[in-house]
Amino acid sequence: MTLGEDLPGMDPEAPVFEAVGFAVNGRRASVVVDPRTPLLYVLRNDLGLKGTRFGCGTGQCGTCTVMVDGRPQTSCDLPVSAVAGRHVTTVEGLANGDRLDPLQQAFIDEGAGQCGYCLSGILVSAAALLESNPQPTDQEVRAALDGHICRCGAHTRIVRAVRRAAEGARA
Amino acid sequence: MTAAGMTAASGDGPGDGPKPGDRLDRWITLEADGSATLHTGKVEIGQGLHIALAQLVADELGLPFERIHVAPVDTDDSPDEGITAGSRSMEETGLGIYRVAAEVRVTLLAAAAVRLGGPAAELVLAGGEVRAADGRTIACTDLAADGLLGRAFTGTAAPRPLAQRRVIGTSVGRPDLLGKVTGGRVYIQDLELPGMLHGRAVRPPGPNATLGAIDDAALRALPGVVAVARDGRFLGVVAEREEQALAALERARRSTGWDAGPDIPSIADPRYLVAAVSAETVARERSDPAALAGAVTRLDAEFTRPFIAHAAIAPSCAVAVLEGGRYTVWAHSQGIFRLRNELAKVLGVPTDAVRVIHAQGPGVYGHNGSDDVALDAALLARAVPGRPVRVQWMRDDEFAWEPFGTAMVVRLSAALDGSGRVVDWQHDGWGHGSGTRPSMAARPGVASLLAARHLAEPLAGAPPQVSGDLRNATPPYDVPNQRIAGHFVRSAPLRTSSLRGLGAHLNVFAVESLMDELAGVAGVDPVEFRLRHLEDERARAVIRAAADLAGWVPGERGDGERGRGMGYARYKDSSAYAAVVVEVEAGTEIRVSRAWAAIDAGMIVSPDGLRNQSEGGIVQAISFTLHEAVRTEGPRVATRGWETYRVLRFSEAPTIEVVLLDQPTQPPLGAGEAFTGPVAAAIGNAIWSALGVRVRDLPLTRERVVAAIG
Ligand code: FES
Ligand code: FES
Repeated sequence: MTLGEDLPGMDPEAPVFEAVGFAVNGRRASVVVDPRTPLLYVLRNDLGLKGTRFGCGTGQCGTCTVMVDGRPQTSCDLPVSAVAGRHVTTVEGLANGDRLDPLQQAFIDEGAGQCGYCLSGILVSAAALLESNPQPTDQEVRAALDGHICRCGAHTRIVRAVRRAAEGARA
Repeated sequence: MTAAGMTAASGDGPGDGPKPGDRLDRWITLEADGSATLHTGKVEIGQGLHIALAQLVADELGLPFERIHVAPVDTDDSPDEGITAGSRSMEETGLGIYRVAAEVRVTLLAAAAVRLGGPAAELVLAGGEVRAADGRTIACTDLAADGLLGRAFTGTAAPRPLAQRRVIGTSVGRPDLLGKVTGGRVYIQDLELPGMLHGRAVRPPGPNATLGAIDDAALRALPGVVAVARDGRFLGVVAEREEQALAALERARRSTGWDAGPDIPSIADPRYLVAAVSAETVARERSDPAALAGAVTRLDAEFTRPFIAHAAIAPSCAVAVLEGGRYTVWAHSQGIFRLRNELAKVLGVPTDAVRVIHAQGPGVYGHNGSDDVALDAALLARAVPGRPVRVQWMRDDEFAWEPFGTAMVVRLSAALDGSGRVVDWQHDGWGHGSGTRPSMAARPGVASLLAARHLAEPLAGAPPQVSGDLRNATPPYDVPNQRIAGHFVRSAPLRTSSLRGLGAHLNVFAVESLMDELAGVAGVDPVEFRLRHLEDERARAVIRAAADLAGWVPGERGDGERGRGMGYARYKDSSAYAAVVVEVEAGTEIRVSRAWAAIDAGMIVSPDGLRNQSEGGIVQAISFTLHEAVRTEGPRVATRGWETYRVLRFSEAPTIEVVLLDQPTQPPLGAGEAFTGPVAAAIGNAIWSALGVRVRDLPLTRERVVAAIG
């Protein structure tokens, strides 16, 4: 009998290692891996970018969210081959050197988060939202984050922090 | 959130916090750069505990908050403080460390008085030095150089008076958030050691499953696989790369000779508990026949709750290495010493052959898989000596195998006299108990850790403690006749342990629902009705504060779509006082749109920390109450992902206002679990106010509300 749910995208048979090239946070990256490897593991284990977090591995919780060519996307169920030649932005790419993105600063100022594990993915989705909609309403922020789970219940502060960043940008 | 716990340790280790006779420098050491280090066995689980502890020490030592460090929590170095749970961390460790810090201050000043001459009262301790009235100074590290802080803690020094507090009671921010918003290596999941391998445990399909023959040669032949470990029905794979471990796991799940075994008995209706064999404990009994004789109206009601999952945002993770016969294990356990002891027991090695180092994980809210995964990592590390193995549970493993908060049933019967006073209160509660953490039952042949029961020579699962089911079962109100009884059902279809609030979630829901119903029968506003039955001024104050914040109108009723209700409790009857009013909107969904809360957690050390914990507790309690239920299907747990185990989402989260009632001269009280019960009750009461129906079975889903309307 079969145990549990199938794991996405990983057929154990006959892996072929291939070189995959893409850009991460504005820098070129090239890895030699089984091209079916989810982007999440390549980011974390090959590129050392641990900020993109594993939460479910099945696209249900949002902790692993990155931007691919500016659009938020879960990386746990995205084969690395799908980002060949494209631009990936992770939470590490939000700050400008040592200068925090206003969104990150707003999260700190609002004390938005408890354990904080959900924040990487939420920040990436929020950054993508503000890029396309610089002055979102409360409802628009909530809708943009609805695919993210925060088990600690920091929702209210998180929504406030996103709106604070938006207001700061307008001021 | 200080997560759920138990009422008493079962005699297997020291209690929490400094004890008279401890060396002062067991708890606080002074560093050459003028900073101080605080040593505690209590771990940071995202609840801000280490920040609050550092604030207490900073004020006593006259140092800025930034110059207090908290030492890593490690069984080779830290004091054994049992587990970080039960809202006890501030009450025991916090207060104790505060007193140690006071004694360090007094000790330093006395030593400085000798060295500098003149009375200690004229000396000032600040910034890592002691200054005399004439301007001469001496560094604290000089004073402490000859082992001054090796003295025994006596508990006799009083902390500085209120007027001298600078850091306590202020919001110092969240220094930890910087790493969390920039994607830093913050969590145990991010730990990477040289030569580290990736392991996965291949869990059985269900708790009753058995494992026949497996083709482990085929598993070993998969790319990158370096070991396949099997012991009884424990099976694990280890590979060079994480995705290779996943591929091997996938293959092992498909190809092994599992027999799922008999079905799990149905848990769909928690009333199965009432029919089961149980043992009775009477928590309280009091009788006043004269008062009982005045009873004119009696209300009876039955309340239920399903099994609820901790459902941490990320599944549990651990890293272990076996080197030179000694295991080193990094774990996000809430009790690293107890975990160490139990790992040694299961691995069959002496206690000092295991070292456990705490690493931060995602929020846990009680006892989840974070101890269990440490044993998985150790078992897999044993298969590859010298190489660290990182084990990450899969999402469905965490949902299916974590110990759940127990299903419960509560039956209440209460009577009013002719003047509208409650004169009788009878409580019968059924549940499977909680508190099955490692080493809580330190008996031979028994272990908490999951894989221990799957080994070829299995250890029996740790027996739960009954007391958790009775948490907050006794109403906080003045009632002359009471009988509060728990019925502990030992044989459980699923593993249970401590989940935030323990029995308080259902017990407070039941108590506060019935109080509202009694108020209705008595024709008294429910807020006023509570106040009439409460003498404790702090209890009355939080109820009034929440009602004022909400703009509660005596006698207010909902309008068929919206309504508001209140819930109150003092957690454990000894921790924080909490009251909350919620507004429910009953449209296409049942939604809590707003919450107004008040909390008295004694002396407030970190105002924003307390506020944050309260808000999080409120949101999680809404999620528990409106959505959450573990389900089974045949031999397995069926709720194995976020699509089947529904929790509150961003679109549903309420607006929350919290008022903090400070008691600067009272001890700090645990607050992490304060709102779990009151929120559940407030929602039930708000649904009543809005729609005129009572739903007494959790979760309070739309289907159930619609069915109650009829
Ligand atoms: S880890 Fe990718 S969505 Fe949950
Ligand atoms: S802060 Fe813990 S999951 Fe969001």
